[in-house]
Amino acid sequence: MTAVMPHLPALQIVVPLLGAILAGFLRRGPTAFAVALAVSWLMPFIAGALLWQVLGGGSISYRLGGWQPPYGIEYRVDVFNAFVLMLVSVIGAVTMPYARRSVAFEIDEGRQAWFYCMYLLCLTGLLGITITGDAFNAFVFLEVSALATYVLIAAGRDRRALLASYQYLIMGTIGATFYVIGVGLLWVVTGSLNFVDVSARLAEAATVQPRPVITALAFLTVGVSLKLALFPLHSWLPNAYAYAPSFATTFLAATATKVAVYLLIRLYFSVFGPTLNFQKLPVSELIIGLSIAAMFAASFIAIFQTNLKRMLAYSSVAQIGYITLGIGIANKAGLTGSIVHLANHAVMKAALFLALGAVFYRIGSVKLHDLSGIGPKMPLTMAAFVVAGFGIIGTPGTVGFISKWYLAVGALNEVGWPLVLVIMASSLLAVIYIGRVVEVAWFRDPSPTCIGASDPPLSMLIPLLVLTAATIWFGIDTQWTAGIAGKAAGMLVGGLK
Amino acid sequence: MSLDLILRIGTKLILPFILLFALYVQFHGDYGPGGGFQAGVIAGGMVILIGITFGLGTAKRIAPQVMVERMVPLGVLIYAGTGVAGLLLGKNFLDYGVLGHDPVHARELGILLVELGVLITVSGTMTALFYAFVERGR
Repeated sequence: MTAVMPHLPALQIVVPLLGAILAGFLRRGPTAFAVALAVSWLMPFIAGALLWQVLGGGSISYRLGGWQPPYGIEYRVDVFNAFVLMLVSVIGAVTMPYARRSVAFEIDEGRQAWFYCMYLLCLTGLLGITITGDAFNAFVFLEVSALATYVLIAAGRDRRALLASYQYLIMGTIGATFYVIGVGLLWVVTGSLNFVDVSARLAEAATVQPRPVITALAFLTVGVSLKLALFPLHSWLPNAYAYAPSFATTFLAATATKVAVYLLIRLYFSVFGPTLNFQKLPVSELIIGLSIAAMFAASFIAIFQTNLKRMLAYSSVAQIGYITLGIGIANKAGLTGSIVHLANHAVMKAALFLALGAVFYRIGSVKLHDLSGIGPKMPLTMAAFVVAGFGIIGTPGTVGFISKWYLAVGALNEVGWPLVLVIMASSLLAVIYIGRVVEVAWFRDPSPTCIGASDPPLSMLIPLLVLTAATIWFGIDTQWTAGIAGKAAGMLVGGLK
Repeated sequence: MSLDLILRIGTKLILPFILLFALYVQFHGDYGPGGGFQAGVIAGGMVILIGITFGLGTAKRIAPQVMVERMVPLGVLIYAGTGVAGLLLGKNFLDYGVLGHDPVHARELGILLVELGVLITVSGTMTALFYAFVERGR
């Protein structure tokens, strides 16, 4: 065990990468699934060990290839990214058992092994972005996860999945290009790619040559915002989530945008630093404005969707608005709200998408009118949908309330009470779009499509119920979510670390 | 078919030199421009030229579909395996300074293996892409 401990940061990436290669070799769906399951269940142990180490004190630095930073690539784990690593790992581990039947139902026999291969590559990329301390290495992992994501989305049964994937390919490529232009500009003014090193040199560079630094900030902001689907750069997201296979949608909705948000927070608070960002430039006002627009516009559009996966996708755009709102508020409470909402939104949105995936598995549709009266037929699934839906609304006792509480406290200290009212008002829109589904599912006569429906098999039901239970559990016991998020926020706001 | 006699004979003549050039680019990557990616594209280009001139059947006899599709993960495996070898010998991931009797030779061997992995994956991917395009609509 002592021989393995120092290499955990590398293993976090190498294990899923080797798993992806193995899945690509095996070529058979069930065996590839077994590999994906084994890797997914190993990940939380590695991430947990890393989190435990950094909570004990200090950050972990791992030299890839033995080269000393800032010359070589450095993997750097602190409380913040250990928390995100844990989040991605746990979501992968909990949802993976669900994949077997769902993927077998939605994807052709011959393509299943490739699907798991791509899932593992996507996992590698997402964990890589989170763990690396090198700006260009983050770009490489951004591309690894994005390319895998394009394939995952295109694997959807619906032919429109191809178009959705192509749309995301174009937008994602623009995002990645902008990111790399930003990194290039930073490299020109500081001569370094290592986040810590760049941040140490940037203060001086910004006074000597402010223009390239501001341009780099602009490019990085737009590039990463495209990836995290910040309104109005979200246009790729609704179709991608609506037409991707159920499992892919669940995994991506819970992790991919969250990791992009992580990258934005890392760049804003660890690299550029609060002084440049929030005191000299109107970044805060810009982000808060766009976040509020996302919270209202996307929620409003969600109300009129008939395809429920599309509805939840717009809801995701709105929820990302809450996360970025905390970044704009930029004090400790606000940022805690942001970071804790990464986890909270991942848990409840994964539960909602798993519930819809179960519905699709039984009746082959996620159209609102096909779901009429499905509640009594699939009681556990739809009960889980209702509970996770309460989380999205932000009812006390669910995780959604915790996030909004921290955001409201942060808003009250920094901006004032009108923003608190805005947060509450936007929650009312969520009441409408979630309430509409609850009304149709539970209080209407059964539609002909769902006469024979029943709760899905246990392998699909248990992940759904675990995530639903987590929606309640972390809404009451916030030691692990808000506690660690608070530590991370304190570290980020505290200074350049 | 008889009309493209020059094309076919010319292709046959040029094929070994293409492969030789690919290997030159691969192994001369240490000292000049080149490396696994460029060599992989040239080697893949050789299979594509065979496919264009002699038809897909001939190309697939030389580079069967199954082999090509396995080459893609195999190259990555060699690359990652080189990294893991360093890990198993007690160094950091991708630190292949321990693979030989002295660090300089070890690093040369390490990068050679990594570039070999790149060659296999890139040539496999190029060929697989070509097959996928040609087979559309068949």
